Amino acid sequence: MIRLENIHKSYVTGNNKLHVLKGIDLHIEQGEFVSIMGSSGSGKSTLLNILGLLDVHDEGSYYLAGRQIASMSETKAAQLRNEYLGFVFQSFNLISFKNAMENVALPLYYQKVSRKKRNLMAMDFLDRMGLKEWAEHMPNELSGGQKQRIAIARALISKPKVILADEPTGALDTATSYEVMEIIKEINGEGITVILVTHEHDIAAMTRKIIRLKDGQIQEIIRNGELGRFRHTYMKELETA
Amino acid sequence: MRSFMTAFGVFWGIFMLIIMSGAGRALENGIMDGIRSFASNSAFFWTERTSVPYEGFQRGRRWLYDNKDIEYIRRNIKEVEYLSPRLFGPNSYSGSNTIRGERTGAFNIFGDYPDYFKIDPWTPLEGRLLNEIDIQHNRKVCVIGERVREVMFNKEEKAIGQYLKVNGVYFQVVGVVQPETQINIGGGQKEETIIIPFSTMQQAYNFGDKIHFFSVTSEKGTPVSVLEEKLKKLLKERHQIAPDDKMAVASFNIEVEWTKFSNLFLGIQVLTWIVGIGTLFAGVIGVSNIMLVIIKERTQEIGIQRAIGATPAKIITHIVAESVFLTTLAGYLGLSLGVGLLQLVNMVLESGNPDEMFFRRPEVSFNMAVAALAVLVISGIFAGLIPAKRAISIKPIDAIRDEGI
Repeated sequence: MIRLENIHKSYVTGNNKLHVLKGIDLHIEQGEFVSIMGSSGSGKSTLLNILGLLDVHDEGSYYLAGRQIASMSETKAAQLRNEYLGFVFQSFNLISFKNAMENVALPLYYQKVSRKKRNLMAMDFLDRMGLKEWAEHMPNELSGGQKQRIAIARALISKPKVILADEPTGALDTATSYEVMEIIKEINGEGITVILVTHEHDIAAMTRKIIRLKDGQIQEIIRNGELGRFRHTYMKELETA
Repeated sequence: MRSFMTAFGVFWGIFMLIIMSGAGRALENGIMDGIRSFASNSAFFWTERTSVPYEGFQRGRRWLYDNKDIEYIRRNIKEVEYLSPRLFGPNSYSGSNTIRGERTGAFNIFGDYPDYFKIDPWTPLEGRLLNEIDIQHNRKVCVIGERVREVMFNKEEKAIGQYLKVNGVYFQVVGVVQPETQINIGGGQKEETIIIPFSTMQQAYNFGDKIHFFSVTSEKGTPVSVLEEKLKKLLKERHQIAPDDKMAVASFNIEVEWTKFSNLFLGIQVLTWIVGIGTLFAGVIGVSNIMLVIIKERTQEIGIQRAIGATPAKIITHIVAESVFLTTLAGYLGLSLGVGLLQLVNMVLESGNPDEMFFRRPEVSFNMAVAALAVLVISGIFAGLIPAKRAISIKPIDAIRDEGI
């Protein structure tokens, strides 16, 4: 589904050049449930942005669904995002002046689906998130967990192949985080590839593959079976911290 | 709210444009109504004392046109459409000259050909105008202005058929006439005029074959100024006047005056547009600025929209549409209010005396309104385009990261 070969990315700010990603090789199959971890500045968000076509890499090759992503027009990128990818952000990023249903329906608007049809679909997705009664509410009338569930519904409505989540639980308390993770797990269960960035070990531990980044390179990849050992290692790390 | 405050600039621009254009048009209407039906291809000739000695004559010689001049011109100059000689009788400043029973009045007396009414149109309110038969038979008839009727007759009295003693000779009134224009040839108030047949006047008052004054119009296709020069040359030859004498043959050309007026009104319209467009432009820049601020505030929102699949074209369309909506709404408001105010002014004006006004029917043409709307839409697009370009030049990821919510 996703294949990265020797991806490099630098940011230039003034005279400084910040080399963020230093050769990332990664292969993510359809239906995987992957988390990207790393300390701040390790490049995890940058990697997610490149995966999400929100940012372009400097070097290397990126294949999404067998299609090489090279320098493409913003219009093309927007279409690919709309077709293949769904985004969930830490700060939810709902449109503040649209109600829950309209927010969920927004991606379909860009696919030129009729208002009636997309609102119907949006209601369906809200129902799945258990938020049917909140459809007419504005984002500022909803709790963090509700907002994130709406954001997830919005990510799902365009039937993406991949969900990219940037710290989806970062702004939520533990109980709500777990609820949201349950939903994400369900989504993954339906065969959608999920890639999430987090720095919380317990969240990462719910995924089936953990990619640890350090200084712009992949430090290690921990698979499902090794999670026990992983938890053990890092619990210690946490205690000392 | 803030957007609407800004859009006020656009509103004001259009409002000013409409009001000023309407006022300019009203001035034009007011003046043009007074002169419109006057033949614009007309010129008028009279005589002055010569200013250059020639062929044994000293300078300062007095001379007059005569009937032979008229025949000669008619026969030899084909560009002449109408030619109407005139004699000036006593005028209203020289004391009472008209008597009827116990009533007396001082009026302007003219001897004219019927062709004169084709150049300077009059409308008969009662009776008729002068005609060719009056001229041929030297009839002692006259047409009188409204003021003459007021002074010389009772309201209930019938003026037609009655006699007026004008400068010692009785004339039968055949018409009460009203001038169609305010252009005044020969001085005095037009309403205080008595016009009698030219031939009658020559005979009755011993003018012989002399002519004081004549009016001509040119045939279509010939500018009256060309005809004017031609006539001057011819008249100088016939009356032994030096070709370089600029004074002797005096003339006045309506075409020239007409052009002056037209240029004046053109100038007013151009000024209107310059000021209006200038104000509008300032308004549009204001809208463009506020759009930039709006874009800045919505950076994150735009970022999200792009992340979930909005193409740049979609975003540009959205922003430009908003800008067009804002300018058009403000402009439309200005347009409606401007037109409304003009209507109001018009209503007030119409309730007044229409003859005394040089300011009438303030209006804007449909074309003007359409042009203004087109300018609005175009300027709206212009105002939206720069902020829209700015919006999509921000990378979606930067847009999402922008602090907010």
